[in-house]
Order: sequence, then C-alpha cells, then structure tokens
Amino acid sequence: MSASRQQIRFTVNGREAVISAYPMARLLDVLRNDLALTGTKEGCGEGECGSCSVLLDGELVNSCLVPVLQVDGADVQTVEGFATEALHPVQKAFLECGGAQCGICTPGMIVATVNLLRNHPKPTMEQIREGLNGNLCRCTGYTRIFEAVRSAAEQVPAEALERPARAKESSR
Amino acid sequence: MSQRVVGVSVPRKEGAPKVTGTAQYVDDLSFEGMIYGATVRSTIARGRITRIEFGDNIPWDEFVIVTAKDVPGKNVVSLITDDQPILAEIQINHPEEPILLLAHKDRHLLPLAVAAVKIEYDELPSIHSIEDSERCKEVVWGTDNIFKTYTIDKGNVDEVWKDAAWIVEGEYTTGAQEQLYIENNGVIAQWSEQDGVTVWGSMQCPFYVHKALIALTGLPAEKVRVLQTETGGAFGGKEDYPSIIAGHAVLLAKKAGVPVKIVYDRMEDMAATTKRHPSRTRHRTAVDKDGRLLGAEIEFVIDGGAYATLSPVVLSRGTIHAGGPYYWPSIRVKSKAVATNTPPHGAFRGFGAPQSLFALERHMDYIARSIGLAPDEFRRKNLLRPGQTTATAQEIREPIDMQHLLDRALELSDYYAKMARFAKANANGSKKKGLGIAAFLHGAGFTGSGERYLNALVGVEANARGDVRVLVSSTEFGQGTNTILCQIAAETLDLEYDDVSMAPIDTHVVPNSGPTVASRTAMIIGKLVQTAAIEMRQKLVDAGLLGEDTGREVFRAACSEYTQTIGRLNGCGRYQAPPNVYWDDAKYMGEAYPAFGWAVYVAEVTVDTTTYSVTVDDFVALQEVGRVLHPVLAAGQIEGGVAQGIGYALYEKVIWSKGRMMNNQMTNYIMPTSQDVPPIRVYFEEIPYTYGPYGAKGIGELPMDGPAPAILNAVVAATGTEFRSIPLLPEDIFTALAASREEHGVAV
Repeated sequence: MSASRQQIRFTVNGREAVISAYPMARLLDVLRNDLALTGTKEGCGEGECGSCSVLLDGELVNSCLVPVLQVDGADVQTVEGFATEALHPVQKAFLECGGAQCGICTPGMIVATVNLLRNHPKPTMEQIREGLNGNLCRCTGYTRIFEAVRSAAEQVPAEALERPARAKESSR
Repeated sequence: MSQRVVGVSVPRKEGAPKVTGTAQYVDDLSFEGMIYGATVRSTIARGRITRIEFGDNIPWDEFVIVTAKDVPGKNVVSLITDDQPILAEIQINHPEEPILLLAHKDRHLLPLAVAAVKIEYDELPSIHSIEDSERCKEVVWGTDNIFKTYTIDKGNVDEVWKDAAWIVEGEYTTGAQEQLYIENNGVIAQWSEQDGVTVWGSMQCPFYVHKALIALTGLPAEKVRVLQTETGGAFGGKEDYPSIIAGHAVLLAKKAGVPVKIVYDRMEDMAATTKRHPSRTRHRTAVDKDGRLLGAEIEFVIDGGAYATLSPVVLSRGTIHAGGPYYWPSIRVKSKAVATNTPPHGAFRGFGAPQSLFALERHMDYIARSIGLAPDEFRRKNLLRPGQTTATAQEIREPIDMQHLLDRALELSDYYAKMARFAKANANGSKKKGLGIAAFLHGAGFTGSGERYLNALVGVEANARGDVRVLVSSTEFGQGTNTILCQIAAETLDLEYDDVSMAPIDTHVVPNSGPTVASRTAMIIGKLVQTAAIEMRQKLVDAGLLGEDTGREVFRAACSEYTQTIGRLNGCGRYQAPPNVYWDDAKYMGEAYPAFGWAVYVAEVTVDTTTYSVTVDDFVALQEVGRVLHPVLAAGQIEGGVAQGIGYALYEKVIWSKGRMMNNQMTNYIMPTSQDVPPIRVYFEEIPYTYGPYGAKGIGELPMDGPAPAILNAVVAATGTEFRSIPLLPEDIFTALAASREEHGVAV
C-alpha cells in the first residue's frame, strides 16, 4: 500500500468507472467500497470460496485476488450487471429451484453459472460440477444449484448470455 | 385437508434480493462517521498477562483502545454460566482469547496495529484433551474441570450382563468441526446517551445478544436494541458467538462516540469462534442369543473448551440421543462436558446428537458383525415401535414405522443386490465398494421443560389495507424461516402468500419467540403463528366483519373496517405444551422432546486402496418429519445437512496445536465442493403431527446426524476394517489398511 494512489479507468456492468486507488488494492474492495457494488461478497479473501466471483474481460475471476491496476482498461461484470428490469434467467432459475439459501454465495454462483453457460450452453453434469468447483456453498449441498443450472440452460435465451456491447468492443 | 399455500414450493420470501445481490448483509452497511474495530487476542493457551506494550510506528493517539476496565456493567458474556469475560483482565484460559479492542477509521491500519501490541505473559501449563482434563492434569475450570454431568438410568442395567449371549464393547471419537458459514461473524454498534445501544449484526438469536448486552452495559432492557441483518449462514455458529462480537463493538462505540463495525476475516473467524464439540463415546452392550438388545452402558464425553457457554445443553441433547431409535429394556448413559484450554466449543447443527449418534450407529454395525448378523437384520430386531419407550422412558405415541423406513431406504438404495455384487467385485481390484446404513432420530424443540421456560411469544398483525405481518424473533439464515412462517399465516387467514410479510427482526419491534435453534422454528414457532393468525381472524369474526365466506377481498374490507372503528388488529400466540408431557429434570426421565424426526440413511462409497481416498457415490436420505411445509426448502435442508455430514465424516479436520487451530483457512480446512457430493436422493414419509402447524415437525438438524455413521459403515463394509473415528482421512485409511496387511503377512 506504500505506492501512491493512481487513477484507474475501467468498465463495470457496461458503464465507465474512474476511480483513484492504490494499485494493489483488491478489485473486491474497489467494487464494494468505491463503487458501492456490494453484491460481490468476501468469504475467505484467498481465492478459495468464490463468493467474490466477477467476470473480468469475460473470464471468471476471484476479485479478492485481483489487484485493481490489473483492471485498468478492462471490462468487469458483477452480479448487479445481470438483473436489469426483470431477473436474469439464471437468477430466476436459482430462485425457483431453491439454489439460494442464505444467499451469501449466490452472487458468485450466479456469475459462475453465467460463465459456465457461455462456455457450455447445454452443460453435462460433469461440466456443471467442474464449472462451479471454485464456488463453495455451505447451505445447499449443491443439489439445487445443479438443478438451477440445468433449468437455466433450458430456458436462457442466447442473448441473455452475451456480454454487454461495450464490453465486447473494449476487449478487442 | 386441502391447502393452497402450505405444502407448495412458493418462492423464497427474501429470494429476489439474494439472487440479485441487493440483500444487505452486515458488511454491506455503512453509517455516517463509522469506524472499524479489531480484536487483540492471546497467543498463549493459559497464563497471566504481565505487561501490555504498544509498539512503535503506529499513531496510537488516533486509535480508540478498549480494555476490560472500560466495561460499564459486568465483564461477562451472559448466557448460562457467568464464567467467560468479554475481555480478559489478567487470566488467559485459551488461545485467541480477546484482551484488547482497537478502532480506527482506516480499516487497513488495524491489522498493523493489532500486530504492534506486544503482550507478555506468565505462562501456565495447559490441557488439550478429554483425557488430560479427566485426570485433572491441570485444573483449569472449577474444582474438577467438569462443566456438567448427566445420568440416564432406565431399567436395571446391572442385571443384564449375566443373561447376555454377547457383550460387545467399543470406543468411538469425533473431531471438532467448523460451521464454515460463508459470511463471517460481524456487527455494527452505535451508542448514544439518549437511545442507549443499537446493534446490527449477523446472528441467529437477537434476544441472546440483547440479554448479553444488558449485563455488559448495565443499561435497562429498553435501551438495548438488536437488529438482525441478512445472515449468510449460521448452522449454530451464530447462536452464542454474536453476543461476544456485539459486546466488543458496543464497548468500542461507547468510547469512540461513533458507530463501530467489526467484521472478522476468515482466519480470525475460524481461529476464534466456536466449533462442534469433539467427543469420545464408550459403549458396552448386552445382546441376547436372538440378537435383541438387553441393555447398555454408554459413557459420553465432550470437550467444551475453556468456558461453559452452551456445553451443558449440547451435552444434554447428545446424552438423550445416545440410545438412538432402538428399544433398550435397560440402559445407562453417563455423560460429562469437560474443560480444556481451547476456544469454547459451541452450537453446530445437531448439537451433541451427531456425536453420540455417530458412536451408536457405528457400534450397532460392529455388534451386528460381532454376533454374525447383517447390519440391517440386527437393527430390524431392535428398532423402536409405537408403544415402546426411548432411553428416557418416553413412550412413542406417534404412529412411526421404523421397519418400513428401513425397508424403503434399502429398496431405494438397491441395498441387497448391490451388497451381493460388491462382495464379489471387492475380492479383486483395488477399488472396494460398500454400503452403510444409519437409523436415527432427532428431537425437535428444546429439551425437557425447555420450551415451557422459553415461553415463546409471537404476533401477527394486519393494517387497514389488510397487509399482514408476522412478528417473531425467529431469524432467517437460509433455512426458510421467512417463507414457511408467511405460508402458515397466509394459509390460516385464507390469503395469498404475497399478502404476508415478515416484520424486521428488531428487538424493539418483535416479541421474544426464543432463539432460532433446536429444529424448533417450523414446529413450535410455526404453530404459534397459526394460533396468532386464528386469534386475529377471530377478532374480525367477533366484530361481525368476517363470516364463513373469506378470501382476500373480504379480509381486506374487514381489516379496513376494523382498524377504523375498533383499532389495532393483531393476534398473538403463546407457547403451550402438548398434553401428557412430563419431564423429570433430576432423573433425566420422561418426555425429552415434544416430537422426533425419524430417518434411515444409506451411503454408498468407493474406497480406492491405491490412493486411500473415499468417494461417496450415492446417498439415500429417507425421513419422516411430519407434513412437509415446502417441498423445495425441505429437500434443501436435507441435502445441505447431508453435505455437511459428508464433510464431517471424510474431509473436515481441525488441526490443533496447544488449543490453537492451525489450519484456519479454507485452503487447508476442506469442506465439500460441487465435485465431492454424490447424488443426494431425498425422500419424505409424511405422518401429520397433531401439535405442529399443518402437521409439521422440526427438520433442520436431523440430516446432520446420519451421514457420518452411514458413510463410515459403508467404508467398513467395503474394506472389512473397523474405523471408529471421524474425520476419516486417507492417511487414517492407509495406516489401518497397512497395519492389517502386515498382520496378514502381505507386503505393503
């Protein structure tokens, strides 16, 4: 933290963000404290639990392990980016199938599920297990999360999985 | 009885905010002027503080510093026994014991400041095992290290041994288990001369925190206000501990004059907060020539850690469940909770029962093997039937058919065919497969006279528009409290689910419906919500505003009329014990629980004798919990409990060094991931329970009891080697299999 603050510019959920932060500040803290995006949660602070999962240029990352300097010019998607007016189909599936209990892992699970479905629109059980193995849930035993993913895979229209238009440009 | 709302899987009440990330957990809240608190903790297990020094390079004048001297009321964590200080003064009794509190506006400065406080001690010898505590190697609590003992003595155990065809003995142990809720403990406290103290936090039992803060601050009850924030998992881990962290935040807030937030990071939460009690159980069992149980002596001991906290109550539940779902003509259970210099162990789903039931269900398999009966056959001869009595001489009045549960679970798991197939296949190849059974029960509600003492009160109210609110202190932390209580109120009032909401959990707003523990919310609180709703509805009927014809519109019009002409519209429900319930606290005999949940679980495992790893391939969880209020939530409770049970059995090992947890990280304390859980197949038998709401009983803890013994029994079936301790890690299997190969003269 000894280096001085730097101006960092990136896209969050399709909108431009400009912040002044220590370069080694965690992306997680910047999202939660500077940008008030508290949907991204801290569970372990060491990249084990996945509660802080976000998409960084479309890649699933643990935001507790990402120094904010690394997102300069990048595109970040958090759970807040998915529900616009109505619930995103993945969020709807989690709600209907009982994929959320205490809810603290849920934002990370939803981000991870969107990522999984982008890579495997019709995932097998093994792909689901593997796609979510970086996201820990202590409540559900995962069973209903698997069901939510399967249900979402059946219902989700392709465009709901697309990355925001701006994001596609910026990552090119 | 046809129901519209109860028994239907309506959406979770607070589900939308949870899936969109807008639900507000304590760390998501921020107040004007708020600063951050941190805790300086002991680095030794036992001793006396001789000197505290504040190191260089920290701007100490910017910090708020609190010591035991700043406690305005009593320096205790008020719960059952006033033996635990909120901050240590001189004496240290366990590692991570809180000594000093620091607060600063810069969150990042706090870890540096905590590290800069140097504390010197006169160290004293400490004890860290049940055995050292029993033999009073050091006396670290009271005069004999014993927090509590119980004896259950049914029939005449001393007479059974002479008639026994077999006497089978075994000793079983279980390790500590971390609750590992994904949201760490956290609170925000605010203090003002005018309003007193207000605390927002992640918790199960707001009125426990309320009570503790009254003792700590010396303030009157109305000047202490506790609000629950969205709580990211608890499992018992936020039953008693929030009283400590809330007390700390309150002390800092009083001195700082601004709101103070304390949120632990994962390492602090794992090292400093409660875990499931480690246990040791010894069984000595007499069986007749036909395989019927004649009697048993069971000695059950739990390690309570350094202070009493909830250990007497955990011990009670473990003791009562030690005999399981079997008929014992004679049984003696002697139990004790002992002190060690470890952070106090506490509540964790199951609350003592998973420990004693692990021992029992492992022992039942061992007896079966010892006397030449199949595990299912031996159980079949001894399972409780209606009209028979439990270990505390409680008569089974529910029409439960455990034989049928056993039959159905075996059928669902294809038990006989698979056992035969595995027996052949296991002879060759390095991967050994096996199936294991656990039959068990779990008492719902507080033990014995507990519910009478708690005297829970709940409220239901309606405004002029006919919007209904449920007022309880029963909290939501994932189990579905909000949803099922709203379902029950809606069903009772002939309304829609959306017409009912929950009042915020705020001790200034809601009555004390008791703690959210002990599988009591659905059965006890649910029933009181129903009672309160009936009372409120009756007020409308008595006022001539509601007749036979009901429904949303009629109800709304009636509420509007009632509130304008008569006044406030509400109803309340106060706990009343079911009839014919008698409990003798001195003899530990009688109706231990208003009702039990019953279950038979079957685990299928593969033991890889090359890597010594165990995988659970299939899991059948069949239970009877009365009527199911919400099929999706109920199944979710079972699946989650089974996954925690798999962790308890196979992964989750706390590594201790002189009372300190050494693997206090998710990196090296391993809980099940999405790749570790088998298909968990959940089935319910539904026998409506007369005294529960719409026939429901408790459900939350039951699924924690069965998985560990079922899995270990399956491992024993697969390997032919007895394992008597959990967690069972690959290195334990390696050691045992290597020893057995050596014994049989096979090269390892």
